[in-house]
Amino acid sequence: MQERPRLISLEKVYKEYDGTAVLSDINLYIRKNEFVTLLGPSGCGKTTTLRIIGGFETPTSGRLLFDGQDITHLPPYRRRVNTVFQKYALFPHLNVFENIAFGLKVAKRPGDEIRARVEKMLELVNLREYGKRSVDSLSGGQQQRIAIARALINEPEVLLLDEPLAALDLKLRQEMQLELKRMQKSLGITFIYVTHDQEEALTMSDIIVVMKDGLIQQIGTPRDVYDEPKTAYVANFIGQSNIIRGNMVHDELVHFCGADFPCVDKGFGSDAPVDVLIRPEDLQIVGISEGKLTGIVRSVLFKGVHFEMMIESSGMLFKVHSTVMQPEGSSVGLDVIPFNIHIMKPTLNEEAVDREEPEAEDIDR
Amino acid sequence: MKGMAFSSWTSWLMALGFIVFVAMVVLSIRRNQGIRRTLFAFPYGLWIVLFTLIPLLLIGYYAFTDRAGAFTLDNFKMFWDSNYEMNKQLAEMGLDPAALGLARGNVNVDTLIYSLWMAFLCTLICLLLGYPAALFMADRHFRLGSTLVVLFIIPMWMNFLLRTIAWMSLLEDNGLINTFLASLGLPRMQLMYNSQAVLLGMVYNYLPFMVFPIFNALNKQDQRLSEAAMDLGANAAKTFIRVTMPLSLPGVISGITMVFMPSVTTFFIPRVLGGGNTEMFGDLIERTFLSADNWNVGSALSLIMMVLILMSLSLLRKVDPEGEGGSMI
Amino acid sequence: MSKLVRRGYLVLVLLFLYVPIIVLILQSFNAGISRAKWEGFSLRWYAELFKSPSIMNALYVTVTIALLAALISTVLGTLAAIGIHALRRRPQAIMMTMTNIPMTMPDIVTGISLMLLFIFTQVPRGYFTMLLAHVTFNIPYVILSVMPKLKQMNRYSYEAALDLGATPGYALRHVILPAVMPGVITGALLSFTLSLDDFTISYFTTSPLVQNLSTLIYSEARKGIKPTMNALSALMFIALLVLLLAVNRRVTATDNTKNGGKS
Repeated sequence: MQERPRLISLEKVYKEYDGTAVLSDINLYIRKNEFVTLLGPSGCGKTTTLRIIGGFETPTSGRLLFDGQDITHLPPYRRRVNTVFQKYALFPHLNVFENIAFGLKVAKRPGDEIRARVEKMLELVNLREYGKRSVDSLSGGQQQRIAIARALINEPEVLLLDEPLAALDLKLRQEMQLELKRMQKSLGITFIYVTHDQEEALTMSDIIVVMKDGLIQQIGTPRDVYDEPKTAYVANFIGQSNIIRGNMVHDELVHFCGADFPCVDKGFGSDAPVDVLIRPEDLQIVGISEGKLTGIVRSVLFKGVHFEMMIESSGMLFKVHSTVMQPEGSSVGLDVIPFNIHIMKPTLNEEAVDREEPEAEDIDR
Repeated sequence: MKGMAFSSWTSWLMALGFIVFVAMVVLSIRRNQGIRRTLFAFPYGLWIVLFTLIPLLLIGYYAFTDRAGAFTLDNFKMFWDSNYEMNKQLAEMGLDPAALGLARGNVNVDTLIYSLWMAFLCTLICLLLGYPAALFMADRHFRLGSTLVVLFIIPMWMNFLLRTIAWMSLLEDNGLINTFLASLGLPRMQLMYNSQAVLLGMVYNYLPFMVFPIFNALNKQDQRLSEAAMDLGANAAKTFIRVTMPLSLPGVISGITMVFMPSVTTFFIPRVLGGGNTEMFGDLIERTFLSADNWNVGSALSLIMMVLILMSLSLLRKVDPEGEGGSMI
Repeated sequence: MSKLVRRGYLVLVLLFLYVPIIVLILQSFNAGISRAKWEGFSLRWYAELFKSPSIMNALYVTVTIALLAALISTVLGTLAAIGIHALRRRPQAIMMTMTNIPMTMPDIVTGISLMLLFIFTQVPRGYFTMLLAHVTFNIPYVILSVMPKLKQMNRYSYEAALDLGATPGYALRHVILPAVMPGVITGALLSFTLSLDDFTISYFTTSPLVQNLSTLIYSEARKGIKPTMNALSALMFIALLVLLLAVNRRVTATDNTKNGGKS
């Protein structure tokens, strides 16, 4: 795969509001035509990062480069970047056509060019006959498309999307995910996408940037981030997981819950504390005497494709996904193959991450 | 007491503000941010300093100084004892105020208490009259309600002095009511130049200020709340006492504020409808400033009134911390 | 039955509010000068009205000051609201408290404090000082009318305009102003009517030589108000009613959002 050129670089970007740091020396580059997702919980700094790229915030220190040029202090209206805002921010006093035409009107393009380009945009977002409608009369999904069309009409090199699907219902959201991906591919431009929804990030992105408390936790492809999370935080935030305190006996052998497990990771030293990650679908339920661990099924939930069982073993509750149900209260054996054991450096601060929490509006004003 | 010329410090301040403003505009343009939106508040900020804050400070200044400009608390003592100054002069002449002087003059304090009492009565009557009116108009089944509420505002477009004077034509000895009574062969009544007439004028002027916020609070209430209460077994009266009324409280608070405040300080109404028989605190202040030409005592009186109002406001704020009662606007 | 009681009550309360106004208007058509005796219908006071230099002068002062004060305070207040809205929380709270001060201050204190300022700075009281005073008490009302409209706006509308290439000036004119227009109109009308009706503050900030209608009425109250004044205020009342109805129709037509300026 050939290296695409770097389009946007953030260099040691630091931002504070009233003395509280919201971004701590972020370093990040984004290549041309990439679909990059900034993922993290409310207040992690992802929206602030996006707003710095859009030009709505100026970093307290650090630089922002676009095509190698420093644009840190360039106002938003001089940047070749456009934004799809949270809750769309369509202009309520303008109709659909006028909303989309806004950027061209500002640039004082001739009337027939505006008309032609707006028509083309309406077609792109599948809303051909809607030009005369008022934006209030549209559904959430339609407003979403108008917001995208409005942002794309200036032919930006980068499209910034701030939680664009947050207000839509599940079904529509999934449809729009596919459509956004399709648009990004066909237009061949860079998308920078902010979300707190890990599933959205996994589905659409080329690169995921996981953020927490103004720090980047991990940058990688969806597979990297899911299969090889660097920290327990990332593992917890992306997908469901069992994270166990363990001890690395030596390379390729880890000890937890009173048993030794062979694994494939090395380089953590010997007799060193580590975090062990096992995804719920990777824990196998076996006969009571056949596994390395034994446990008692505490609860069973039917989830459609599989059952989710909480199994108590060695004082820990393991989440296990399996297509075969074990009745509540039964004793089972648990095992995991070496490849599915993932070893991580231990995190110091162990705070629970509540993924169900809906994202409130980000702090910035 | 002598002020510096207008051309000196006020214009200096304005020039300084203007220079700062221009500097900030230039700076934000230089930083490539365009003119910052926050700068739009600047002229107003300057205006407020010049025409609200500095005038207030002047009141504070006069309240705590004597005619020569030296610091004193005498103005407040004058509020407490209207004969204070005279007794002080007696003492200065070497006479014993205890033997010769006048007893404490409580005119000012009495006027204040009378004003507070009148304002309290006015607020109470407005509330008792206004709440049912607002409630009836906010009734969902009464389609005309929201049109009717406008009728409460329209009278306020008529000059309030004239409206008050119009009451004179009704109440005076040869007025319409007495003419009417006389034509029925009934004795004439003394309707004007007493506290009741003043109260009537106040209620008349301030009633809309009570009705409007209460109506708003009731009108925006979610109908489902009272339906839920009924669903849970409350009858109409219980629904009103337990649900509708508590939820309209912010409107009531805001109404009370908007009636009480102007009532305490009202002047003119007592003068027209009360004749010379009743004086309220507003009249006292005006008289102290303009007739007695005593700015220092007048400022002290104003300050006392402002403190009283601020105290009652913060008390009301405690009941309605959000201040969501809404107002006339 | 209960319905009847309710309506009856409302009629009584409204009657209480309107009786003086009806009396006032009737007096303006009374041929005689008596306040209580009807001496026949006449337009005499309306004719005399235009011959009275003091009333015409006061009318001129009242109307021009109301117009100018409404204009100045609407411009300053709208800009201020936009600026304050863009401020961070702390300075925003400070500015809003400052805005609330003149509104919680009793009129008489506002008037006196301004009077002190003008005397202290040796500005002769008159037309100009009255105008300054009116703008001062109007601005907060404009801000409070415009502010809710700004808050209703999508937070990102302004940024969206910048994002699409609009300069801040363009965004202000084409995005923010149209969105807050109903609030601006409400604020302007409110200023105008407040100014028209003001007595207390005008009383302290003008000289006896420059009278508006309120101060003129006040100075004549002792001698007894002539029905000419009633005629004038009846005319103004009708004019204002027509103006506000017309504007209200336009505002409700253009402003589809649920919350009008009048909350």
